[in-house]
Amino acid sequence: MTSATLHSDATRQQADAWRRQTSVRRFYTALGVGLLLVAMCATMWFADEANAGHFFDRLPHILDFLSWLIPKDWNDVWRALFDIASPSDKGTQEFNFPLGRVYVWGGFYIPEYFELMLTTVNVALVSTFIGFVFAVPFSFIAARNLTPSPILRLIVKRFMELLRAFPEIVIAGLFAAIVSIGPVAAIIAIGLHSIGALGKLFYEINENIDMRPEEGLRAVGANWFERVRFADLPQVLPNFMSYTLLRIEINVRISTIMGAVGGGGIGEELKLAISRGFGAKTLALVLLLFITIFLVDQFSAWLRRKLVGEQAFLMSA
Amino acid sequence: MSTITADEISAIEKRHPHIFQRPAYKRFWPLLLVAGTVLYLGYALWFFSLPQVLRESHWERLPLFLSQWISYDLQPEFRLDQPEITPKYPRFSALGENPNPDWVIKNPDGTYTVQIDGDAKFVTFDKTKATLTANGVTVPIRLTGGKPVVTGPAPDWVTVHDDEIVAKMGFAGEVRVTVDRVKVRKRFLGWANFVFDTRSPFFGKPAGEVMSLIVSGPELQPGTSNLALAADNIWNNAQWQHGDVWTKLLQTIVMAFLGTLLGGIVAFPLAFFAARNITPSGLLSQVLKRFFDFMRSVDMLIWALFFTRAFGPGPLAGSAAIFFTEIGTLGKTYSEALENIDDKAREGVLSTGANGILVQRYGVLPEVVPIFISQTLYQWESNTRGATIIGAVGAGGIGLKLWEAMRTNSNWANVFYMVLLTLLVVFVFDNISNFLRRRLSRTLHDYNRLQAERG
Repeated sequence: MTSATLHSDATRQQADAWRRQTSVRRFYTALGVGLLLVAMCATMWFADEANAGHFFDRLPHILDFLSWLIPKDWNDVWRALFDIASPSDKGTQEFNFPLGRVYVWGGFYIPEYFELMLTTVNVALVSTFIGFVFAVPFSFIAARNLTPSPILRLIVKRFMELLRAFPEIVIAGLFAAIVSIGPVAAIIAIGLHSIGALGKLFYEINENIDMRPEEGLRAVGANWFERVRFADLPQVLPNFMSYTLLRIEINVRISTIMGAVGGGGIGEELKLAISRGFGAKTLALVLLLFITIFLVDQFSAWLRRKLVGEQAFLMSA
Repeated sequence: MSTITADEISAIEKRHPHIFQRPAYKRFWPLLLVAGTVLYLGYALWFFSLPQVLRESHWERLPLFLSQWISYDLQPEFRLDQPEITPKYPRFSALGENPNPDWVIKNPDGTYTVQIDGDAKFVTFDKTKATLTANGVTVPIRLTGGKPVVTGPAPDWVTVHDDEIVAKMGFAGEVRVTVDRVKVRKRFLGWANFVFDTRSPFFGKPAGEVMSLIVSGPELQPGTSNLALAADNIWNNAQWQHGDVWTKLLQTIVMAFLGTLLGGIVAFPLAFFAARNITPSGLLSQVLKRFFDFMRSVDMLIWALFFTRAFGPGPLAGSAAIFFTEIGTLGKTYSEALENIDDKAREGVLSTGANGILVQRYGVLPEVVPIFISQTLYQWESNTRGATIIGAVGAGGIGLKLWEAMRTNSNWANVFYMVLLTLLVVFVFDNISNFLRRRLSRTLHDYNRLQAERG
């Protein structure tokens, strides 16, 4: 009898303690959610106030764009994509598709938009390459377990942080004045940013390697380069590649945006087409861009799965 | 020291065929990769016509632009064909309405001396002759006879054109001499009029005086306190536009915050229906996953351009663009996190007879919420950076202002000011997000350890 009461007393105490604990936690959760809601409402109001057109004024007109976006003849989308002359052409730029053809050999041409898309993708690839080439050595210098000098590490880390945080658009604008407006300025800007972004990810991988191969090499008298080459690199290369592929996905997107502000490529054309209300051209460009980004993403995801498997895949999201 | 015999070598080779006799494609793929990269780089060199671009680039502008980030110049001009020589300053000169700098000296004999760099670099002139002094060399110039002529040898910092002589004096500035005018560009380190612009009554006063005016001075503008006046003058500084810059910066922050938060709110329920292990319908899961891919693949740029057309330029368009992209990104990452949970907790809750929502609440949520929050914070961080670029296409925020300031190539100090503010914001938000994520991962870590200890 007594033992049963004792037992139930203990249970009750335990239950009370649990309730107290959860009530405190619930209070903080509610407080956090409440603060978040207040911040959300305030920022919504602020964004609405600062905008040229207000949300509820514009809401009834939100589908207005369909009136210019939906072409009278759906075939015009294909014609715009492949630069084929359209019967709708009345002398304006809106339907003059063959205008931008890039002739390669005689009558053989590359459709304008494919050429622009290629520029954008090339900008992304070259800048990712620049990022990779510089980020790898930087990451070895910045890793705590590989480089003993704290000053060297600090300098390289801060430098990469600066490159990462520096707005790409300013670098692009600066180099536009030096190497002329166009894809090269975009490459420099995105490349510099990629050095910082990849460098940070890379050195974090470096700091998490298994140090035993390194110690083994040190024991047989290998110097720094040999240790990095034969102990560190084989461990980290798959992850490096995986992050680089991820970077390619991001850089394709950034180089599209860079194009819209003067970096050459498809972004510029898209901005023009939308601002002028050229429905068929806009749809063709959106379609091309969508398919390209989708393919790049899928290809990179497939390759990353092959390289590092499923688990590191989640981390990178 | 023992040596390996040939027999032992072949024995080792036989024992480990997967190392010593790898198929050709496995042995050569790194080489192929390198060769492919080199080929591609050659192609890219040709595609972007890089040699030509580099040949035609103006690298000499780089130090000039960079020095403009942290300096400003004053450009007095002296007309020599007027009855009396007087300095003229361009409108909106950093010196204000009544300039009388002490480095422009009217000598007793009627000549003018302009000190570019103290007593080391200066120019002295009247209507008939000018004398340039720099680097310990004095260069006399004769201005009579229709064109300026250097009498004597010209050092390499002096360039003689047909009707103009240009003397470059390094960072300090330059002097241009023609027959009828002398133009001086004198460069100062720092940012001119950063606090008060030239129209402000506080302009040109030392900090102590401004302070005492604010605390106890007579009202400079009747009806407003000096403090309010000073604040208003700073906020509306015409040259630096502090008010506008800070508002635009806040817009950028708001865009990233609002877009990511709304994206998370919408993606949260959708992710449960997209996760293959939670939703019973394979079709629904596939449809939602393709929807996420669609939202991600229609680039943030496209969304930004569309919403700028729909809502007009401003942070609303930017927030909406980030919101739509983020539905895709967060939806994808959330559903992947859900698909990787440990199913035992869910089964446990299910076995007590709980209904569908309760199973999610008590069997799934405790496991994934820290991951969700961590991923959302990460996206928030990267969107704060991305919102700067998106702004440049008209979607609001500091991006457009940066782009406009850069387009004229003359306002690099303002650009640098905005860059510094952006860097500060990115730095602060990175640290907040990192701090929160570290806290979260510690909670997760503690939780896992406790679980492990309990067995």
